[in-house]
Amino acid sequence: MVTDALKTIARPSDAQIWAALAEVPDPEMPVVNLVELGIVREIGWVEGGLVVTITPTFAACPAYEVMGTSIVECLRMLGVEHVAVQVRHEPAWTSEWISEEARQKLRAAGMAPPPHHQGDLIQVLLYPVECPHCGSTNTTLRNSFGTTPCRMIYTCDDCKEPFERFKPL
Amino acid sequence: MSETQKKALADYLIALADDELILGHRDSEWTGHAPILEEDIAFANIALDEIGHARLWYELAAAVLGADPARFPDQQVYFRPAAQFHCLQLVELPKGDWAFSMLRQYLFDAFEQHRLAGLVQSKHKPLADAAGRIRNEELYHLRHTRAWVPRLGLGTAESQARMQAALDELWPYAQALGAPLPGELDLLPASWVPGSSSLFDVWSREVREFLKEASLAVPEVQGDVESDRTVHSEYFPTLIADLQEVARLDPEAQW
Repeated sequence: MVTDALKTIARPSDAQIWAALAEVPDPEMPVVNLVELGIVREIGWVEGGLVVTITPTFAACPAYEVMGTSIVECLRMLGVEHVAVQVRHEPAWTSEWISEEARQKLRAAGMAPPPHHQGDLIQVLLYPVECPHCGSTNTTLRNSFGTTPCRMIYTCDDCKEPFERFKPL
Repeated sequence: MSETQKKALADYLIALADDELILGHRDSEWTGHAPILEEDIAFANIALDEIGHARLWYELAAAVLGADPARFPDQQVYFRPAAQFHCLQLVELPKGDWAFSMLRQYLFDAFEQHRLAGLVQSKHKPLADAAGRIRNEELYHLRHTRAWVPRLGLGTAESQARMQAALDELWPYAQALGAPLPGELDLLPASWVPGSSSLFDVWSREVREFLKEASLAVPEVQGDVESDRTVHSEYFPTLIADLQEVARLDPEAQW
């Protein structure tokens, strides 16, 4: 009984765990972390340890295994020995889950954040896209596909810079 | 869920997955070979997405069958004999020239959008959820191929001729999209899945109109079209041998 109580005391709080998870960078876009991208959905204790539930951005995102490893390592540093990372596909990840702070970080890093779309992707793809460098909306789509499944490539017709855009999903 | 429904649903999901897997495999053959860098990147991404969607469908089938979702996709892809796959011959055909691959992708994705829209309405929630996720990603594919088909059809004499040759070859194979998938007829009464033949009518009207505007003439289909998913093209055994070769060398290997 006493040891059980000690174990409980030694457990980091949920707030500490969330704070630690907010230090785990996205493997492909390290300026933002897994919590503010909305990838970490839930944490919960079970008998054997801690379960962290994640929802990958795109179904075929190749980075999610690396994410799992990073999460386990980060929580070990916090003293949580047994961590299981569980992948949940439903509800599907949507770019609506990206926080405002993360959107600003993306823009500062030269990537156009996804616009809010309330579920209507077809309409939102018709909106003008703002250049993250100069703010002009005089921009041209060069490729709906980019260096990772979640990016597309544009050029700005005013400042002439190329830039990536995080795909609305 | 009754045993009949379980089997029908698993068969249906595996056929959907097989189409995605084999199309994704053919698309991946463009990696490093596309005519321009942007298209190399585009086809590599499309291939990755399709294979990712195949995995989602296999995992859903695993859940229905009570199999281990972590192992089932690999077992299906790497250790199933070619004769047990249920993909369409449309996706098995070699990648051909770039016009051929682009047009096949358009024809397939245009149909898939309709099927996914139907599946989003499914009375079986896991199916509706997965379809919703895949549909949004697929919108980017369709947007891409819908931009390229008219660009090539209305481009130069050579690009038009290549597109027309591709359409002449692909069109008869594409007719098989309208045949019911394995399990479909058992799942239709409970509104778990949309009927392929009605999707086909909508698709056919839409793509005929679109191709016409791209200066491409839809050919007459001569003779019978093979729509039995257990009958494969002459190219399929070689494709599967390539796909499975490394995994079969050492089935217990840890990657």
